[in-house]
Amino acid sequence: MGVRRPSSLRSAAVAVCCLAILGAGCAADTPQNTFDPEGPFSRSVDDLIKPVFLIAAVVFVFVEGLIVYAMFRFRRRSEEDRPEQIHGSTKFELAWTIAPALILVFVGVITVSKIFYLDRQFKDAMQVEVIGHQWWWEYNYKDGDGKTFVAAANELHIPVGRKVQLNLTSADVIHNYWPPKLAGKIYAIPGRRNHMTIQADKADFYYGECAEYCGLSHANMRLRVVSESQADFDRWVEANSPDRPSFSYPIVGSDDQATASEEAKGHTLFLQKGCSGCHAVNGVARGAVGPNLTYFNSRATFAGAIFENDNDNLRAWLRDPPSEKPGSLMPKLNLSETEITSLIAYLRTLGDPGLRGAPVPSGVAAGPPQP
Amino acid sequence: MTSVLEPPVLLPEDPRPIASGALRRPARTDGFWSWITSIDHKRVGIMYGVTAMTFFVIGGFEALLIRLQLASPNGRILDANAYNEVFTMHGTTMVFLVVMPLGAAFMNYLIPLQVGARDVAFPRLNALSYWLFLFGGLFLYSSVFLGGMPNGGWFGYAPNTSIVYSPGHNIDFWIGGLLITGIASTVGAVNLITTCLNMRAPGMGLFRMPVFTWMALVTQFLLLFALPVITIALFLLMFDRNFGANFFNPANGGDPVLWQHLFWLFGHPEVYIMIMPAFGIVSEVIPTFSRKPLFGYKVMVFSGIAIGFMGWGVWVHHMFAVGLGPVSITAFSISTMFIAVPTGVKIFNWIGTMWKGSLRFTSAMLFAVGLVSMFTIGGLSGVTHSVSPHDRQQTDTYYIVAHFHYVLFGGAVFGIFAGIYFWYPKVFGQLLDERLGKVHFWLWIVGFNLTFAPHHILGLQGMPRRIYTYPEGTGWDFWNMVSTVGSFIIALGLLVFFANVRRTDKRHKRDHLTVEADPWDARGLEWSTPSPVPAYNFIESPEIHAVDDWWHRKYTEDEDGRMQRLDDYDKAKASAEEHLKPGQAVHLPSPSFYPIIAAAAIFVAMFGVVYGRSAGANYAITGLGVLVLVCTLIAWALEPSTEPDDALVDADADRLLGLAPAGSAQAELGSGDGGGDQPALTSGGSSGGGAG
Repeated sequence: MGVRRPSSLRSAAVAVCCLAILGAGCAADTPQNTFDPEGPFSRSVDDLIKPVFLIAAVVFVFVEGLIVYAMFRFRRRSEEDRPEQIHGSTKFELAWTIAPALILVFVGVITVSKIFYLDRQFKDAMQVEVIGHQWWWEYNYKDGDGKTFVAAANELHIPVGRKVQLNLTSADVIHNYWPPKLAGKIYAIPGRRNHMTIQADKADFYYGECAEYCGLSHANMRLRVVSESQADFDRWVEANSPDRPSFSYPIVGSDDQATASEEAKGHTLFLQKGCSGCHAVNGVARGAVGPNLTYFNSRATFAGAIFENDNDNLRAWLRDPPSEKPGSLMPKLNLSETEITSLIAYLRTLGDPGLRGAPVPSGVAAGPPQP
Repeated sequence: MTSVLEPPVLLPEDPRPIASGALRRPARTDGFWSWITSIDHKRVGIMYGVTAMTFFVIGGFEALLIRLQLASPNGRILDANAYNEVFTMHGTTMVFLVVMPLGAAFMNYLIPLQVGARDVAFPRLNALSYWLFLFGGLFLYSSVFLGGMPNGGWFGYAPNTSIVYSPGHNIDFWIGGLLITGIASTVGAVNLITTCLNMRAPGMGLFRMPVFTWMALVTQFLLLFALPVITIALFLLMFDRNFGANFFNPANGGDPVLWQHLFWLFGHPEVYIMIMPAFGIVSEVIPTFSRKPLFGYKVMVFSGIAIGFMGWGVWVHHMFAVGLGPVSITAFSISTMFIAVPTGVKIFNWIGTMWKGSLRFTSAMLFAVGLVSMFTIGGLSGVTHSVSPHDRQQTDTYYIVAHFHYVLFGGAVFGIFAGIYFWYPKVFGQLLDERLGKVHFWLWIVGFNLTFAPHHILGLQGMPRRIYTYPEGTGWDFWNMVSTVGSFIIALGLLVFFANVRRTDKRHKRDHLTVEADPWDARGLEWSTPSPVPAYNFIESPEIHAVDDWWHRKYTEDEDGRMQRLDDYDKAKASAEEHLKPGQAVHLPSPSFYPIIAAAAIFVAMFGVVYGRSAGANYAITGLGVLVLVCTLIAWALEPSTEPDDALVDADADRLLGLAPAGSAQAELGSGDGGGDQPALTSGGSSGGGAG
């Protein structure tokens, strides 16, 4: 009876097709693609896994090939078939125990040094404290004495080519910080402190998200890492200094509504509608529940990096935060449309949009008022 | 230790059916109430299977909802809260209410048959396991009507599941449901371990047990040691939530990571608990349809034991991103890599079994080979996870979702369906339609791969787990849509299976079809009994001379080592069809009400725990439930396992009979009852009263 040789070729062809499809899927670049490392730490794990994927692919083709071959070669030709009753083979058992074990020893050896590398703390790294909240990321840049020299949220600005050590914890539940093109992920756990070093090769945006289920809006807890030249970074730091107080407007009473500027009206609303209870603005308010808004307009995104920081998104948010982001701790304040206009005007004075590192949408370039 | 079965006894001239009634020991063997009080391992196995299949459909609906929501960006099928409940229930259902109980269904049905016993060591405890499983599942799902389903994920990480961040009762139902089903698994483990070790037929040393029984034994030991760990974790969480404890609360000296250690110390052996029965199933199916013995019997046994031990040493691979430090990460990376060795050995041994065999691709065989093929993929992605630095990219993404669906669906579920197609004739006395079975298989091979292969890509393209939606611009749209299409093909395949079950039943009843004892020309002891298996399993103790003893009563090896039919082949086949002769009867354990009552008491008590948190007075419900439980257990202990005079099953219709002679009080009570007289006397053509 002829043996169907093409079956093994066919199985190899099928395997190659599958790998090609997978490869095509992997090749398309996407914002959070782990196969497109853009920093030394992500690159080191990508380099580590490439030989392992290759080994896995070879083993896959080999084992599946054996299965498909056996299915065709040994199918029952007749009910009279009387196969030899082979009970086993010590030789084969040893072979397929030892060969995989040796392959795994190789995989183990190349893995171990990388484990220690990823855990290293570098003396020259910039230190940033990262605090996970439901559902946004807080960043506190620390100087040598442990004092915060920038308090930021959503976007992590870093200088190109410099090591930045993230020291992570959480204010509530467990979160997981993940900028795939720069690094793998690390948990932010309340009551514990973890560290992870990242570094970007070039100036760009790096998108990421929280990767540990943290409640209702887990899907809405994203992040961006903005890497920029040292000069741009220094400008951003200088402009985000916690020591610089914000411009303080006089309170606008009901008599002054007609004559007061939108920004002044917004400032008054900020104090009177309770915003200051949760949000801090240097010299104006000291709320510590939500993000510090002193440099709100310097950020490219808001609400946990899920919305571009433009006026349409901001208006929708201020109308009804929980409907924009389920479970949001910021309540619906039942603001009128004119009140929202004033608030937006005020928020646009908080920070310099030129420092976003991103294209600035129209209407948001108000910037701080000139004294 | 082996034990000999009590031989059949002769019935007296005029046996009377035993009266059944409210305060008497139940005695019916047919009808709805007989299932409620049955302690027959075969019935318990069938109930486990049918209930688990129902939960499979429910869990499948949950999966379809997830896939519909994620098919495109900004999905509007489910809002955030609904999605979080659905994915939590999908995982919890599939793990605790589907895969584990389906494994239990097979282990319950087959272990006594494969070791040559009439039932398990503790039949009433066995029934308790089933009722606790059912009530645990009902408890979990009662939350739909009582304020919201659990929404903390199947893994329930603290502090998200603490009272601060989950103030509703959702998590309380999760804790309660898992505690109830946990008791089921633990007592089941005690039962089946004792059965395997103490009740084997004469001549069946441990190394003559079938590989399915071996894998089941390893699974039971894993259950015995793993369930207490999650039970403790759940109690600690309950105390944090209900009684102001701080085990997982960092503000007061607790540590959320403790939850993770406890959960995964359970959770990793748990995945071996889920796969080992399926490994055992394919170790029976593949040799049968290859007409060759299992390649490397001893290696298969020892690799199973090795996996059982090594499975305790890898749990931190679920925690590679927690920040535990490079030393422990290194240790667990290495241990995780090495558990691939005994697992890979099994794959090669199954291929070795097929090699140079005479392969017949029944539906059962297709699913069994499907497991070998799909589990290989899942196992290889598992090895990539062990490379912990890269696992920092993979963990908590869809790449992990791909891995565990390949090993749990492509592995465990495919294996379970191989077992369903294989043992269906033995359990129900009906042969499922092979053509529909093949349609089912091919729909699933295509649908399953279409659903889960893209997840590998999605994960590595940055899609995290447990997100209810994703925005435009992520690049994940295409593969999510493909995955959703695949999931509906899976659903279609399952519908084909149910259509097969229904059509088969109608055809058999219409044409009065029967099935022979050994339709597949198989190897295990269970095939030496009629189909369906009579209540007493074996008429007399089989004498075991080898592994696959039943096969060796039909075949031997010629001088070239090729299988050769024995002269006694026809005699052996005929003996498998034998029932008890008229006038003969066998002692069997008696049915009992206490298992279902005990389970119900625990069920009620657990509601008190949930609502006690809101109002202390509700703990009275718990008190009531515990009181009923204690009384039930005392009564149970005092009730003899076998009522001396009424535990006989006869040849005719497997009904319980008494020894009371005519004219006695008991006999007079018996005649008027109406319960025992007619219904049991169904003819052998239909499925028969003794259908397990």
